[in-house]
Amino acid sequence: MQTRFSFGGDEHIFAEVGEAMSLEAFFKSLFITNAVRDAKIKGVTEICPANASYQVKFDPDQIKPDDLLTELKRLDSASEKSEPVIKTRIIEIPVLYNDPWTHETLMRFRERHQDPNGTDLEYAARINGLDSVDAFIKAHSSAPWFVSMVGFVAGLPFLYQMVERKRQLQAPKYLRPRTDTPKLTVGHGGCFSCIYSVRGAGGYQMFGITPMPIYDPNQNISYLRDFMCLFRPGDIVKWKPIDRAAYDAAVADVDAGRFAPVIRDVSFSLTEFNRDVDAYNSKLDGVLHGR
Amino acid sequence: MAVKVLKPGLATTVQDLGRPGYYHIGIPLSGGMDRHALAAANLLVGNEAGAAVLEAVFMGPELEFTEDAIVAVTGAELPPKLDGEPRETWTSFRAKRGQILSFDFLKQGARGYIAVSGGIDVPVVLGSRSTYALGALGGFKGRKLEAGDELPIGRAVATGKEGRSVARELRGQPAGMPTELRAMPGLYWHRITEAAGNGFFSDTWKVAPEADRIGYRFKGGKPLEFVPREPPFGAGSDPSNITDACYPYGSIQVPGGTEPIVLHRDAVSGGGYFMVGTVIAADMDLIGQLQPNTPVKFVKVDMNQALVARKSRSELLGRLHSALA
Repeated sequence: MQTRFSFGGDEHIFAEVGEAMSLEAFFKSLFITNAVRDAKIKGVTEICPANASYQVKFDPDQIKPDDLLTELKRLDSASEKSEPVIKTRIIEIPVLYNDPWTHETLMRFRERHQDPNGTDLEYAARINGLDSVDAFIKAHSSAPWFVSMVGFVAGLPFLYQMVERKRQLQAPKYLRPRTDTPKLTVGHGGCFSCIYSVRGAGGYQMFGITPMPIYDPNQNISYLRDFMCLFRPGDIVKWKPIDRAAYDAAVADVDAGRFAPVIRDVSFSLTEFNRDVDAYNSKLDGVLHGR
Repeated sequence: MAVKVLKPGLATTVQDLGRPGYYHIGIPLSGGMDRHALAAANLLVGNEAGAAVLEAVFMGPELEFTEDAIVAVTGAELPPKLDGEPRETWTSFRAKRGQILSFDFLKQGARGYIAVSGGIDVPVVLGSRSTYALGALGGFKGRKLEAGDELPIGRAVATGKEGRSVARELRGQPAGMPTELRAMPGLYWHRITEAAGNGFFSDTWKVAPEADRIGYRFKGGKPLEFVPREPPFGAGSDPSNITDACYPYGSIQVPGGTEPIVLHRDAVSGGGYFMVGTVIAADMDLIGQLQPNTPVKFVKVDMNQALVARKSRSELLGRLHSALA
């Protein structure tokens, strides 16, 4: 992979690691942005990894644009030699699939959808060659997902499914974006899932909702007191399908301040993962559940 | 000391110079869209240049002072009135306890900056008092002002003087018709044909009604023609789609190749639309003062020209500081 660099005006350098999404491109962008952070380069003000690219914002009064570009190219070629291993976290996210709130919303915006006579889940199941919504939910929730980017709006994770490309679920965005999406909706567009951190506009297919807050600007939620956004690029997410009773119980726990998310530290090796995807994923599952 | 909001205006928010450092998790810089005018308003009333002020768009609020204060309104020609008596923009004046600041109709520009000696003293969140409304973060309760709000005012660090003003040549407001916005081609520029690239810079665009703190949309130019390609995995099928990536501040995305959107201080931090280039930092303030329907031309510049423009903008700010020292 040859990284393509471009200046984004006089304050940004944009680096496209790969045109197409892949775990290799994501890993490289994560790796280099970590290296840039560790290098503590004077004049660098923002370091943003994305799915298959990254961006560095800088103050050209403190570092010459060409000098920073040279430094980034040096870090880029140095990264080729390093072992693709990261220390990260695996986080369990409970999901009520097929919930009444996203259902109400998707019915309200039906004329903007590819399939006005079905639901987003029915449509996604069909175009992915699965014979039922339940089969789709199983495909969505059985393997873990990488947080390959955090952004668009505050704290919103983009998630990339950790399976071979031929097994990856794909779905187009709505024909025209909605003006409303419930907060904490689990959505999907292209090959990415996401969790909407705030209520607002959106174009992703809507599959369900999580009771677990991921963004709290007031920092009242116990696990968001240290920082208001839960996710960091490189986190691993495992969806846990739950029913309505479990959803209501979780919401009550959140409100009462006693909801405890399942989060474990884990080390991830891309080489070992690629050797046997299913075996590696079940090992990750073991870490999550303390087995 | 507090300022009571009697009428909020259209979308009045608390802003300072913004909140760098959190763009990688989707929290944008925020802060005044016209930073030069924001600094001028502060310096006029004796504040630090980056103190928190009110940014009012298209329409001013109505405010009551609970203590005496020095006030200044800069940026757009949004004429202030004190108890109904006209006051000058870009000039400091004294407001006495109980007096009411209101505004006449907007005459020019888009955003007025209202500074009060002592600064708007809302809590600092992640290093800034700026409002990021999309994330309900910072400012006054994370939102635009509403009638009945009471804004705390800090203790003035210096004794502000009334009757000071900023000369026209130090105001840094957009001049000329159409407004010229200098931009560096780049990012995904290679996705469009040479003819489309030339058209982008030679066409006259107009500010669309969808223009806010997140971004400014433009219409009226020719649609951009794309270089054909096989959609890369993860990008999406539309020729304007990319694998979701970071968006620079000032970057110019063109969904569907039709209407360019320039991202501003409350930018969405990333997404799946290609970008043809980036408006240079020196011209970002100007965008904040454009009304819908204003004609605009994008002017192609390279990095050297961008850095010269940057230096000249920073010297203008230096001269403003000296003039009001």
